[in-house]
Amino acid sequence: MLEVKNLTFKVNENGIERSIVKNISFEVGDGEMLVITGPNGGGKSSLAKVLMGIEEADAGQIILDGGDITSCDINHRANAGIGFAFQQPPRFKGMTVIRLLSLASGRELSRRECCRMLGSVGLCANEYITREVDATLSGGEMKRLEIATVLAKPHKLCIFDEPEAGIDLWSFSMLVQQFEKIHKKKEQSLILISHQERIIRMADRIMVIEDGRIGAIGRKEDILPVLMNTEDSCACMETGCC
Amino acid sequence: MTLLDKITEKILRQIDEAGFRQEGAFNLRHNGIALCHGDSEHIKIKKKEDKPGIDVYIDGDTQGEQVHIPVVVDASGMTDVVYNDFFIAEGADVTIVAGCGIHNSGCNESRHDGIHSFHVAKGANVRYEEKHYGGGEGSGARVLNPVTNIYMEEEAVFTLDTAQIRGVDSTRRETNIVLGKGAKLYVMEKLMTHDAQEAVSNMEVQMDGEGSSAQIISRSVVKGSSSQIFHPKAVGNARCHAHVQCDSIIMDHAQVSSIPEINAKHLDAAIIHEAAIGRINDEQLIKLRTMGMTEEEAENVIIENFLN
Repeated sequence: MLEVKNLTFKVNENGIERSIVKNISFEVGDGEMLVITGPNGGGKSSLAKVLMGIEEADAGQIILDGGDITSCDINHRANAGIGFAFQQPPRFKGMTVIRLLSLASGRELSRRECCRMLGSVGLCANEYITREVDATLSGGEMKRLEIATVLAKPHKLCIFDEPEAGIDLWSFSMLVQQFEKIHKKKEQSLILISHQERIIRMADRIMVIEDGRIGAIGRKEDILPVLMNTEDSCACMETGCC
Repeated sequence: MTLLDKITEKILRQIDEAGFRQEGAFNLRHNGIALCHGDSEHIKIKKKEDKPGIDVYIDGDTQGEQVHIPVVVDASGMTDVVYNDFFIAEGADVTIVAGCGIHNSGCNESRHDGIHSFHVAKGANVRYEEKHYGGGEGSGARVLNPVTNIYMEEEAVFTLDTAQIRGVDSTRRETNIVLGKGAKLYVMEKLMTHDAQEAVSNMEVQMDGEGSSAQIISRSVVKGSSSQIFHPKAVGNARCHAHVQCDSIIMDHAQVSSIPEINAKHLDAAIIHEAAIGRINDEQLIKLRTMGMTEEEAENVIIENFLN
């Protein structure tokens, strides 16, 4: 499904080049859930953005279903089947919730369909359908709506960047159920960037990214005990910082 | 029923979203003359004797009715000035759908100046929709200079919904509103200019009545080398509250000025103004592109919804 080979991403800060993602290689299989975790500032979100084409790789290859998409732009990758949920989703003045979800699903949604989508991320549909996606929505509401936009249509691969951030416990439980449901069907591959133990425990495989490199990658059964038994790693999982 | 030509029908579709029909109360002005008109049981339209225009009388038993008074100018080089007065009786509930479309196929300027005055009696509820549009393949300018005067009595409610989306080369809008005791005003102004178009919108809201309120929202998109100037002014002469919000998206080499003026002449006048001008947010573009849209498609979606 997804093959990432020797991926490198650099930024230029005041004339000084700095590597954010350093020669990373990994694969994600059909229907597999890969959870990426690790300390803040380690390069997880940057890696996700490079996979989606939001940032351009400086070296390496990204292959989706056998096709090289490294040089494809964002919309081509989206049309090739990659969905992306932002850590901090943008607001749209004048756009209603139902319009945004219709755009995300690629067709006009009925109120009923929209209600179902909103309900799946813990938003009470009747209150939200005609609301504007603007500053009147809280950070948590925006985050749940963002996740709904990715779940609005099936993808080959969905990338969620810290889906748990800013979400209350009740909604988080609903979200976990959604991920479990998608994962169980094995129709979509999932990459979740997370510090949350409940999400990490859902993974088929876990990849730890530290300082732009893969610190560890393997089956959940192999990686989780290491994460849980390391005092520093536990702290990292809870707080996202080391 | 009067038969309409294709150009007129096309323009009517642009400026009258509800759909113009020769039913109920209506008046279609075409190149300076009333092409067709009709009254309803509660709404009577009379031609002015002293100057061009109509007087529209809406009685107090009018409930949920619409009156359509579109203007079409398709003669190149024409200047059409019209004075329309609306008398809305106590307790009436009415929607007035106006709007003007200029189709200019020639090389001379075509212009329409619509001077509208609304006399809104106690407790009446008025929704006024006005859409401006310019079209035609000619090089002559399409000019629209509307003047809107609104006088609201006690507890009257007025919703002013105006839109100018494309094709108008020059517009100068003057809006003057006076609110009586407990009167409520809602304004939504949407404007898009492109190429070398120019638009000026001056609005003055005088809140004279105790407990009156006004909400004014202006959204604009300025493209190409066009320019826009907004000058909303809210004056609190009594205990009142008002919220003025102007948002503009600027693109290409365009220019936009927002010059807010809020003026309190009473201790309990609470007036807020917010203004923002900025380019299309990159994060919005990227989000829509992750849904499969090209940059151009994403830009159009953002603008369309912003002006929605």
